[in-house]
Amino acid sequence: MKVAYWPGCVSRGFTPELHGSMAKVAPLLDIELIELDRGACCGAGVIAEHNQELADTLNARTFALAQQTDGELMMNICSTCQGAQSECQERLDANTDYRNQINANLADEGLSYERGLTNKNFLWLLVEEIGLDTLKAKVTRPLTDLRVGPFYGCYIVRPVERLHITEEHPRDRYMHWVIEALGGTVVDYAGVYKCCGFPIITMNKDASLTQAGRHVGDALDAEADCLVVPCPLCHLNLDLQQPLAAKVVGRELGLPVLHLPQLIGLALGLSPKELGMSKHVVRPTSVIDWSTSVVAGTAAA
Amino acid sequence: MPEYTLRIRRFDPQSGDAAYWDEHTVEMPETQSVLDAILSVRDTTDGSIGIRCSCQQAICGSCGVRMNGKPGLACNTHLEEAAKRKRGTASSATDGAAQTPVITVEPMGNMPVIRDLIVDMDAVHWKKIQRVTPWLINKEPIPEREYIVPHDNMVDVTQTMACIQCGACVSDCLAMEVDPGFIGPAALAKSYRFVGDPRDAQHRERLKDLSEDEQGIYDCTHCFNCIEACPKGVDPMNQIMRLRRIAGSDFKINDRNNGHRHEAAFVTLVRDYGLLHEAELLPRSYGGNSWWGKFHPAAAMELLSSLSSVVTAVMRGKVSPKLAMLGHKIPADDLKAVKQIYTKVDGRDERNELNLYVTGYEDDPRHAPHTDIATPLHVDTPVAQATDGAATASPTQTESETT
Repeated sequence: MKVAYWPGCVSRGFTPELHGSMAKVAPLLDIELIELDRGACCGAGVIAEHNQELADTLNARTFALAQQTDGELMMNICSTCQGAQSECQERLDANTDYRNQINANLADEGLSYERGLTNKNFLWLLVEEIGLDTLKAKVTRPLTDLRVGPFYGCYIVRPVERLHITEEHPRDRYMHWVIEALGGTVVDYAGVYKCCGFPIITMNKDASLTQAGRHVGDALDAEADCLVVPCPLCHLNLDLQQPLAAKVVGRELGLPVLHLPQLIGLALGLSPKELGMSKHVVRPTSVIDWSTSVVAGTAAA
Repeated sequence: MPEYTLRIRRFDPQSGDAAYWDEHTVEMPETQSVLDAILSVRDTTDGSIGIRCSCQQAICGSCGVRMNGKPGLACNTHLEEAAKRKRGTASSATDGAAQTPVITVEPMGNMPVIRDLIVDMDAVHWKKIQRVTPWLINKEPIPEREYIVPHDNMVDVTQTMACIQCGACVSDCLAMEVDPGFIGPAALAKSYRFVGDPRDAQHRERLKDLSEDEQGIYDCTHCFNCIEACPKGVDPMNQIMRLRRIAGSDFKINDRNNGHRHEAAFVTLVRDYGLLHEAELLPRSYGGNSWWGKFHPAAAMELLSSLSSVVTAVMRGKVSPKLAMLGHKIPADDLKAVKQIYTKVDGRDERNELNLYVTGYEDDPRHAPHTDIATPLHVDTPVAQATDGAATASPTQTESETT
């Protein structure tokens, strides 16, 4: 399927391995990515904290650009983008007058957002559009014996109403399902739905790193081999900052953290190097050491 | 009639014994409340279960507990709804239903347990409420007659006035979990109740205080847990974000926690690059919102303490030195368009905001506008109402719109 693809800023900046691995994984899942490289930052809630109309206009512009493509829907690979964009879209869709005011801000460029865009995180698209059966059929290297802790982050699970998390679409269970579909084992630990701490890293570093350190520690205590995240900002706090977080919580850590497309790429037969896993701060040895955790049995054709 | 297994966490700190789980089977219609079930067990089986409750109709805020991991009022949570909850989420239909649904009932988090399901609200929640000066400080001179508040302002603050002090948001605040001193969602929402009220005389003082406090508005991690927890739709986190917006954009309060600097740097960098320039954001958040920010001692200190992460990131090829120096940009024409949007929108004399609590959602009856709270005075004769407000106002208006 063809999608208007919003990668966000950080996947092209400080976590290039996320953008890179998505590009590698997409063709294997028959996803054609039309990159929205003209769109501006979603604001991550921070621009809205300064000026709501500004954040809404910037995102309406991205939505309008997405609607100009021939993609079936818009897809993002960042929970924070999903959360911030869903919040703006909620306002734009709820009120015609307001939407017209925002569209007036875009008129100089000849752009206009039409109510009712579908914008899905890669995780949602994977389960709802591609389907777990299709995904399973494509697995060539099941993640047998790999114990994976899902770390959803906040923006993709709350608030449930805005994100349309319902009984029919329990989007807050999808990462569990995907891990199982890839042949891995889901590790339940205290941090599954907690906050990585990233939003306050510049305001209260201790509290921020305590959050990150505790979640990693809890996952280690539950004997996870790695964490998987659908958000590059969570990745920054859980991986890039993990050595500092270890100091703050006063224990040894060292748990690899994978981006969602990386985990899928591994199971679909891509090499760790292709997936940019050499770029991680915590070396994902336990994940890529095929002789131990991942027994790379080739799936029956 | 359906059966439920009620799994109650029992603990008496004075006994010296450890906490334990107590299981009871109840047979009740699925639309009875969790509180009904607890009270029936207490009345028929075990009179020693500790639970605080009073009105039993979601008004008094006494019976806050965690049910299957999610906080809320035991009196307005149906057994059926509680049974469906899964830890940390609202839905769980997928993970195999047991024969008898289990409802785990625990005391709220972030507060010490007095006994069983009763937590010490005084030790945490009420201390924090007291912290934010929870009363109106009148503007002087006090008007001879009623002080008439514009309708939208009044409806707006009724959202925070809807708080019944149950503590559900405090229970699940993730910032408070790692930083118990954080003022927290309930108290900050209460604070908005006065910052959003045009009759209050000390908006700036309140905001300055909450910005400068290390555990004030900038300590919130933006996790949405309080929004999910609140049984009254107060949306505490949204109120915190509005406090930040008013503190930063209206009062230009430059706090020592880097809150406003971080926001200003973020907003400026997106204007200048279209995308976030991560390597610039960090030093500017500490050192000030310009290219020179990184040379400020505070920024230098921070860079030094993060040096190990930065070096590793560069060594692993995560960040190229070029990207770190120059950042990434959107195409020139688009950047020009973004700058024009900034000039137009950010240059307005008054910020344009849509408050969905006031306006409601078109075509969605679940979110009708909150017009029933306070009917406006006769809008077509504004002069007459200002002088003759008391005579024309209905009894409800007199109560809710005047001091």
